[in-house]
Amino acid sequence: MATLLEAKGVSRAFGGVKALDGCSLTVEKGSITGLIGPNGSGKTTLFNVMTGYVKPDKGTVLFDGNDVTNARPNKVFALGVGRTFQLTRIFARISVIENMLVATQRDESWLRGLTRSKSSPSELDAAMEWLDFVGLTRLASMQAGSLSYGQRKLLELAYVLVADPDVILLDEPAGGVNLTLINEISEKILALNRGGKTFLIVEHNMEFVMKICDKITVMHQGCDLVTGTPAEVRNNPQVLDAYLGGSDDEFDQAVASG
Amino acid sequence: MSKVKPSLWALGVVVLALFPLIVTNPTYTTIGVFTLMFMACATSWNMFSGYSGYVSLGTGIFFGCGAYTMALISTHAPMAGGIAQFWLIPLAGLVAMVVALPVGAVALRVRRHTFVVITIALFFVFQLLAINASFTGGAAGISLPLIPWLAGYYNLPFYYVALAMVIFATFLSAGVRRSRFGLQLLAIRDDEDRALGLGVRVTAVKITGFVLSAFTIGMAGALYAMFLGQIYPQFVFDPTFDITVALMAFFGGFGTLLGPLLGGLILESSQQYLTLTFSNGSLYLILFGVLFLIVILFMPQGVVVRVSQLWARRNLKRDATPTPDATPTVEATAIAGASH
Repeated sequence: MATLLEAKGVSRAFGGVKALDGCSLTVEKGSITGLIGPNGSGKTTLFNVMTGYVKPDKGTVLFDGNDVTNARPNKVFALGVGRTFQLTRIFARISVIENMLVATQRDESWLRGLTRSKSSPSELDAAMEWLDFVGLTRLASMQAGSLSYGQRKLLELAYVLVADPDVILLDEPAGGVNLTLINEISEKILALNRGGKTFLIVEHNMEFVMKICDKITVMHQGCDLVTGTPAEVRNNPQVLDAYLGGSDDEFDQAVASG
Repeated sequence: MSKVKPSLWALGVVVLALFPLIVTNPTYTTIGVFTLMFMACATSWNMFSGYSGYVSLGTGIFFGCGAYTMALISTHAPMAGGIAQFWLIPLAGLVAMVVALPVGAVALRVRRHTFVVITIALFFVFQLLAINASFTGGAAGISLPLIPWLAGYYNLPFYYVALAMVIFATFLSAGVRRSRFGLQLLAIRDDEDRALGLGVRVTAVKITGFVLSAFTIGMAGALYAMFLGQIYPQFVFDPTFDITVALMAFFGGFGTLLGPLLGGLILESSQQYLTLTFSNGSLYLILFGVLFLIVILFMPQGVVVRVSQLWARRNLKRDATPTPDATPTVEATAIAGASH
C-alpha cells in the first residue's frame, strides 16, 4: 500500500517541554491507523502539526507526496486532510445544516464566497446526505449549540466528511460517549473505510482501537515507540512499560544483589 | 430575522418615507436625518462586527474619513454647494474603504479584547492626525460650501439620501447574511480556528467584511459633513460615535438584521429628542445608562431576540394542547434563536 500521510522526525517544544521529539508516523492509503499512548505523550500535538495548527520546530509532514510541513490549516484541509478535535468544536450559534455548509467547499476562493449564496442545491443535498449518515437529519434546522455531546461528535464527523477528504484524523472519537454510540461510530468508520477513506485515530478506548485499526503506532514521551498490528502492540513489553511505568533496572539489580 | 415579512419591511420604508411630509417641523426632520444616519451606521457596523463577533470601536475612523473627504473635495474643487455634492458621498464611502484596508489588516491580526483595544488606539491616531495635520484645517475644522435651497425644504434631500443609505445598508447586510461569505463570518464568530480547518480563508474573509462595512459609514460621515456645513475634528472623529453605534446594535440585537435598525431608531431619536427637550442638560446620558443596564441585565441578546423569543413562547402557550409538552418550547426557542 502507498503511504498517504507521513510525519518524519517531527519535533516541537512548548517552552521547556518537548511535546514531540523526533516522532515519525506513516498512514497507508486505505488503512485505519491507530495512534495510542499515555496522556501527554504528544498525540494531539502530532495531530496539530499534521493539520497545520502547530508549526514543527523540526521534521517534515508529507501528504500524498506533497510537503505540507508549514501549510496553514485551510490549505491542508483543501488538499484533503480532514480532522475532528478532542473537545468537539462545532459552530454553536448557527444551525446544524449551516454547520455542514461551512465545510462544503474545501478549495474555493474567498472572493467567490462574496458573490454566491451559502449553498447550491447539490451542496445542500450532500450536506443532508451526510447528516442522514450520522442520523441527525431530524435536527437539521436546530441551533447546533443545543445538541448533546454525542450529537456534537456526530455533527463534527459529518461536516468533516461533507468535504470528501481523503484522510480523516479523529481525535478521541469515542471519548465521553456511551457504548451504543461507540459501536455506532465504529461501524460508521468501518463502512467509510470500506468505501475507500483512510483514517488516523487517536483513542484511549483500547477495545475500540484494537477492534477497528489495521495498524497501531504507540507514542511515548513525544516519540513513536512501536508500530505494528493490534496483536503485536498488545503483547509488546515496551508498550506495557510506557503505560504502566517502566521497571527500574538499577533498582532491580540492587534488589537482586542484596 | 427572516421571520419579518416583506410586507412589514415595505410598511417600514413607507412610514419612514412619509414622515417628513407629514411632520414638517424642521426640528423633527433634523432628528429624522440623524436617526436614519445612525440606523445606516449601526446596520453597517453589525454587518461585520455582529456577524463575525469582532467588536470594533474604531468605526469613527471611517465616519471621519468620509466627512473629511466630502469637506476637502467640496471646498478645494471648488464646488458650488448643492445637489452636485451628493455625488461625493459614494466617493467618500470608497475612501473610507481604502482607509479600512490597512486599518483592518493591522487590527485583525489579533482577536477579542485585544482587537477592541487596537481599534480604539487606531481611532485616536486618526483623531490626532485630523487635529494636527495641515490639510485638515486643524482644530478650527472646515466650512463647506453653503447649500442654496430654502430653509423650509433644507432637510428633505438629506432625509431621503439618508433613507436610501439605510435601505442600501439593510440590503447589503441581508445579502451578506445569505451569502457564503456571511456564513463564513458567522463561523468565524463561533470558532475561528475550526473554520480555518474547514477551508475558510479567515484572514481574507475578516478583512473583506471590515472593509465592506466601512463603505456605508464613510458615506454617512460625508452626509453629516454636508448636512451641518461645518466640521470639527473632535466631532467627526468622536469616540462616543464608536460606542453609540456599537450600543445601538447591541440594544436592538447583535448579529440580527432588524436589531441595529431598531436600536438606531429608538436610541438616536430618543437621544436627540431628550437633548432638545432638556437643552444643555446631560439628563439623557443618565436615562441612557439606565436603559442599557436594563437591556444588558434582562435581555443581553438584544430587544429583538428577546421579544421574538417571548412571542414564540406566547404562541406556543396559546396553541398548546391539553397535555402540554415541555420539549417543543425548547426547540422553538432554539429555532427562533437560530433564525437570525
